[in-house]
Amino acid sequence: MSRRISFSAATREGVLEEMRRDSNVMVIGEDIAVMGGTFALTRGFLEEFGPMRVRDTPISESGFMGMAVGMAMRGMRPIVELMYNDFIAVSLDPLMNQAAKLRYMTGGQITIPMVLRAPMGAGRRNAGQHSQCLEALFMHIPGLKLVCPSTAYDAKGLIKTAIRDNDPVVVLEHKLLYAKKFEMPPEDEEYTIPLGKADIKREGKDITILTWSRQVLFALEAAETLQNDFGISCEVVDLRSLVPLDWETVNASIKKTHNVLTLEEGVMRAGVGADLSAQITETLFDELDSPVNRVAGANVVSPFSPPLEDAVFPQPQDVVAAVRRQLNV
Amino acid sequence: MAKKKYEKSFLVELYRRMLRIRKFEEQAKECFTKGMLAGNIHLAIGQEAAEVGACAALTDRDYITGTHRGHGQCIAKGAKTDKMMAELFGKKTGYCQGKGGSMHIVDASLGILGANGIVGAGIPIATGAAYASKTWGDDAVTLCFFGDAAANQGTFHEAINMGAAWDLPVIYLCENNKYGVSTDISRVTNNEHISERAAAYNIPGVTVDGNDVLAVYEAVKTAVERARRGEGPSLVECITYRHEGHYCGDQAGYRPGEYMEEALAHEALPTFRKYLLEQGVKEEEIVKVEEEITQEIAHAYKFADESEYPDPSEAFTDVYSMDNERSVLR
Repeated sequence: MSRRISFSAATREGVLEEMRRDSNVMVIGEDIAVMGGTFALTRGFLEEFGPMRVRDTPISESGFMGMAVGMAMRGMRPIVELMYNDFIAVSLDPLMNQAAKLRYMTGGQITIPMVLRAPMGAGRRNAGQHSQCLEALFMHIPGLKLVCPSTAYDAKGLIKTAIRDNDPVVVLEHKLLYAKKFEMPPEDEEYTIPLGKADIKREGKDITILTWSRQVLFALEAAETLQNDFGISCEVVDLRSLVPLDWETVNASIKKTHNVLTLEEGVMRAGVGADLSAQITETLFDELDSPVNRVAGANVVSPFSPPLEDAVFPQPQDVVAAVRRQLNV
Repeated sequence: MAKKKYEKSFLVELYRRMLRIRKFEEQAKECFTKGMLAGNIHLAIGQEAAEVGACAALTDRDYITGTHRGHGQCIAKGAKTDKMMAELFGKKTGYCQGKGGSMHIVDASLGILGANGIVGAGIPIATGAAYASKTWGDDAVTLCFFGDAAANQGTFHEAINMGAAWDLPVIYLCENNKYGVSTDISRVTNNEHISERAAAYNIPGVTVDGNDVLAVYEAVKTAVERARRGEGPSLVECITYRHEGHYCGDQAGYRPGEYMEEALAHEALPTFRKYLLEQGVKEEEIVKVEEEITQEIAHAYKFADESEYPDPSEAFTDVYSMDNERSVLR
């Protein structure tokens, strides 16, 4: 029996299954135990697993991120929840200088099997300090892996793999995906999704759209319009994890369509698209019929006022316009 | 020095460890001065008693986290001087195969969770390690070394607050050598003693003479017993002296001359040697220890000097434990 559940419910199932499977898995963060999390993701966990494995913290992001590193060094598998990915600004040292580097700096003596879960993204009118997409920042730090699911199915399969991975894995979840419902296999049908495996969400032949997280939904919406109104066939490649990157799928898709557009909500300057574009240009230049095109957030602070906010990150119609310009249609 | 009676073998072992640190550091200093070491090193000369006294109160199953000035802390917990020296030399026989260097020595098998290049970063890590002990009920404690300057980092407050709130088995051990690089702690801090801050977290805080190895041992032993009883952390401040500058080669012109006069007047090693003789340890036995340490450090130097550098291809391994190649490539 298939069923429809929300992205947050699916993530919750993934974490719950792993906590039941492995007693070293624990969750730590603000308001996750008694209240069950800002997005109700860990509701009921405290009753089932007790306070040592479901830990409400004081507002001390740097402190509990650092504690998670110490726990992971000892062999626990902490899942740190930041209430918003923006709060990495006050807790980056334990992730960037400790978790990401300890395996390397100790010559492989130590592994850090920790997960950082954090909501990201604009669209909820949360203004400048609660709306960023910070994938590029995390990607720039060797030693971290980065996962950004777009559907409930992917969210569950990827969080389970992230928890089982022996390296620090950052999982960024777009806030506006949490309430969205998706088709899911039955609850008792266990599955995982490997990191570094992209998923072609829509097959096409004219242009490849490389994207992830909420923008996958925008790309699919745009692809539908482009097909129906302009006869353009888009291939939507959901990268799902940005580190490691599924270059094989990217490579094969571009060799098929010969046109590529990168689509992200985060700001364009030094963004993920800039890096993808450079890699594609360096290695697949002869395959391209048009320059790599980037659609991304504007290089501004996320504004509060709805008309302002909607103007600064990509909407489906921006993707339609960009593809038409790129293909001269 | 303490009135209490200790086993002679215990006292000799303390002397051996303090001397091992001193001789290791002197050797490292010589190598650095001759240009044999890359990067920077921070020497623990003068802080031996605090480090050895603290680790003497721990067992093999306990853990420590260290600082950028971490050589002595690692040696006090039992680290091998040859593998340490090789790491300082950047050789593949070093503790971290040359990937960490002076500030990142780890020996997981000895409970050494790592020195650290970021001031104050070890305080939450130690607290997390203690959290694991409490979760598992494994009876281990974690001792967290940090300096007076780290006590002004936010991590100090955040981590000790949580360690105290949840009664974690952790000992916060401040080696107060009065200087953060060039800055006299009294110029930037409104407490005479770092240990006063324990009151803010409702945990015990004591200040001891960090050059009195037995005073440090007793204070840490009390803290360890409390932690093992499940009563939570303690803050132990050891007043000590950093004989060298911040880094090797720093002339420390920012310090008044009295600092070194005071440091030398409080030197732990000669004082403790005298105490050993008073306690009936024979001069020959002490000389034997001194000769053994001299030989050990000579071996460490030779081992490091003669070891091979890692192959450049090693730069690309161990970034990740799973899917390393692909994750490094793009």
